[in-house]
Amino acid sequence: MGGEKKGWRELEIGCVVPEPGSAAVYKKGDWRSERPVRDNTKCIKCGICYIYCPDACIREDAEGYFETELYYCTGCGICAHECPRGVITMVEEEQEEE
Amino acid sequence: MTKGRLVGLEGSFAIAEAVRMANVDVISAYPITPQTHIVERLAEMIADGVLDAEFICVESEHSAMSACVGASAAGARVFTCSASQGLELMHEVLYIPSSMRLPVVAVAANRALSAPLSVWCDHSDAMAIRDIGWIQVFAENNQQALDLQVCAYRTAEDKEVLFPAMVHIDGFYLSHVIEGVMLPDEEEVAHFIPDYRHPFVLDPENPVSMGCYGPPFIYPEAKKAQEVDFQSTKPKIQEIWNEFGETFGRYYLPVETYRMEDARSALLTMGSSGETAMLAVDELRREGKEVGLIRLRLWRPFPFKELREAVKDLELLVVLDRALSFGMGGPVCSEVKSALYDKRKDLNIVGFIAGLGGRDITIEAFKHMVDRARARVKAVEPGEEIEPEMIGVRE
Repeated sequence: MGGEKKGWRELEIGCVVPEPGSAAVYKKGDWRSERPVRDNTKCIKCGICYIYCPDACIREDAEGYFETELYYCTGCGICAHECPRGVITMVEEEQEEE
Repeated sequence: MTKGRLVGLEGSFAIAEAVRMANVDVISAYPITPQTHIVERLAEMIADGVLDAEFICVESEHSAMSACVGASAAGARVFTCSASQGLELMHEVLYIPSSMRLPVVAVAANRALSAPLSVWCDHSDAMAIRDIGWIQVFAENNQQALDLQVCAYRTAEDKEVLFPAMVHIDGFYLSHVIEGVMLPDEEEVAHFIPDYRHPFVLDPENPVSMGCYGPPFIYPEAKKAQEVDFQSTKPKIQEIWNEFGETFGRYYLPVETYRMEDARSALLTMGSSGETAMLAVDELRREGKEVGLIRLRLWRPFPFKELREAVKDLELLVVLDRALSFGMGGPVCSEVKSALYDKRKDLNIVGFIAGLGGRDITIEAFKHMVDRARARVKAVEPGEEIEPEMIGVRE
């Protein structure tokens, strides 16, 4: 997305994006009003959050725990809802800044 | 001189012959009256080995158009056809190839929309898809059905065009009626529609993203580019029709006229009723009435300039609509009025709605429209609105 926004004459025919996989640079995290905060002391490393995440923005770290890539996380809260151990709490972004 | 071999063909078979000669790669369609003969004939051609194409059988028209979009994105030459409810079921997908600039070519065998259920001809289905961004033409007879279908491939795939194209043929009046058709030479057709390559195709070696999400920061730019490019196709359409004329001896124009010399009044039609209207004009001329006929061949992009030129000496224009826009009148009349409003506020335009759901429009009906229009113009003050009227309806 970055840089100058294109005028209508500069678009490729049919609005084709010649660079494949360009969705990777789209910062969906901008949509987020709540962020997932983890308490890994409760985590059993089952990976359910990883499976359910609709944006596929959760990844496994070196120790087998899971972490959320906030660049893409929209804050939908599905991970928190599905976690069988209550590891994930959704925290309002504004509250956290206070 | 018109070239080809004279054969008897119903409109559906004329379309199938054009599709075969265009050597399409993929056909995907779902059968619906009165389009069925087209796909049946194409399926036979593939089974008989005279057409080397993939026929994708699908569960609905929505899937048929979706399959065509995918195949076209992969660079294939494709075909589908439908009518009425089927065209409506594919409605949302119709916007995809025009926005993604894929040269899908389709035929609509025009038929009324339910309810009550009707398999017979009118233009309700065509009018419901006015705004899909496809090049749309109306054929008047089976020869035109074939010729315009051949031109549709050449036009849609032209690198300066790259828009989908649809040929409208009146259900039953053309699709099921056998007429003499000059069948062009296959090799000449193949030469006229050369292989093409889209600037972007689905190719694992050169991946691109097609049909992307368009947030507010880019959507209006995408639509502006589409509209400007679509409007710019008009000269190319005419150029290709001219080249078709030079090759095959049959010439087409966005707006075609008949006996307009000295005409002060004219009828305006789209589709097969133009031929009946010609006979009505002949009779009116014999009665000493200076009446002509205008037929809209090209419906989208709308031929504003050509229409204004055609009506320049007229005092009265009588517009036939074979469809009804509820609460508004006839859609063609409404568009004609809007196309002429800026330049010709003095022209009396009187709209009639007739021929719904397969009701025949006779020579007498056209003559009645002209008389009735004159009477209605006399009955109002100059500049006063003349409401559209449904005619031929029992009280």
